[in-house]
Amino acid sequence: MAVEVRVPSLLRGLVGGVKSIQTSGPTIGLALDDIEARFPGFKERVIDPNGAIKQFVSIFINGEDVRYIQSLDTPLLDGDQVSILPAVAGG
Amino acid sequence: MRGTVKFKSIVDAIGHTPLVELRSYSPRAGVQVFAKLEGHNPTGSLKDRIAKFMIDKAEREGLLTEDKVILEPTSGNTGISLAMIAHVKGYRMKVVMPENVSPERVDMLRLFGAEIVFSSGEKGTNGSIEVAQKMASEDAHYFMPYQYGNQANPQAHYETTAQEIIDDLPGIDTFVAGLGTGGTLMGVGRRFKEHNPEIKVMAAVPHPGELIFGLRNLDEGFIPPIVDLDLLDGRIVVESENAFKCTRELTEREGIFAGVSSGAVMACAKRLASRMEKGSIVALLADGGWKYLSSQLWTRSYGDMEQNTQNMVWW
Repeated sequence: MAVEVRVPSLLRGLVGGVKSIQTSGPTIGLALDDIEARFPGFKERVIDPNGAIKQFVSIFINGEDVRYIQSLDTPLLDGDQVSILPAVAGG
Repeated sequence: MRGTVKFKSIVDAIGHTPLVELRSYSPRAGVQVFAKLEGHNPTGSLKDRIAKFMIDKAEREGLLTEDKVILEPTSGNTGISLAMIAHVKGYRMKVVMPENVSPERVDMLRLFGAEIVFSSGEKGTNGSIEVAQKMASEDAHYFMPYQYGNQANPQAHYETTAQEIIDDLPGIDTFVAGLGTGGTLMGVGRRFKEHNPEIKVMAAVPHPGELIFGLRNLDEGFIPPIVDLDLLDGRIVVESENAFKCTRELTEREGIFAGVSSGAVMACAKRLASRMEKGSIVALLADGGWKYLSSQLWTRSYGDMEQNTQNMVWW
């Protein structure tokens, strides 16, 4: 199973400068563990010490915020695309 | 016979925008998509509603007096609305705005007499907020409505936008709007949940693309204090390319000329409609297309525009 994680510019230094990395599921939480094993320090930028997604960070699977699905237990399917983004204001 | 003129000033003409069915967006019989056309407000965006509420409240509470200068961080629309009302009422107005917004926003602010302080484009609107907060803390002559933390912002949508939609379409099932300050989604969302707790409230958010270089880390993201994320039922991120495509498609299919964030909202509405068996969706289109003509989004292919669009603040 292949899942593409698009790495925001702010985190590219941790993954060798690339814009996207491949991972696999079966959930977004386990995918982050897989990325952490290969690129130490990645997970703590996205997940807080209590194991929740950081307040000002959102994880989207195919454009949909996982907070409103099953959070870190949201399952990943082959071909899914994951984006990690900071909250930005408009208005 | 004498008529009755309803509006004593342009400020009284804010709101009561049309709700229009978008027949070509119905994916199947029984699913209807509607658009609330906020571009019909006096300055061309929904922000007229909150500007009026914030200024009225500040005047009532004695926070805004003749000697004050109104100061507001904005990506454009709120500044334009505040500047129009300030102009009509005789207040001085200053906005802090990212340097990389469409030129029409700059022109409109200036025509209403506002002074503009440009903030770093790399930090987007988050950067404008930082600059304005610092300015306000250092000079007591400023009155900052602060749309991101002012309850008059959601209140405007609670009392007007939401009520207008309920009056037109009491059976609404799903509402989708862009998340900028969160004022629309919070105000409309609260009113809708009182009307019918089953109504789904969905947020469209812009993909910041490469625009966030100016942030040092992800923790510098900003969630406006008025936002309660638990009130939402979902959040969908839309990339600039898709937002532009859907903005243009809306004009081609329905003759509706709306801004870039409206394209993003339509992208979400289409996705949500495709999943529905039956029901109705209201897409809130925050502004008209006028302020985006210089982008040439209606006349050029996205490939030709891409260089210029990636580094711009669109909502």
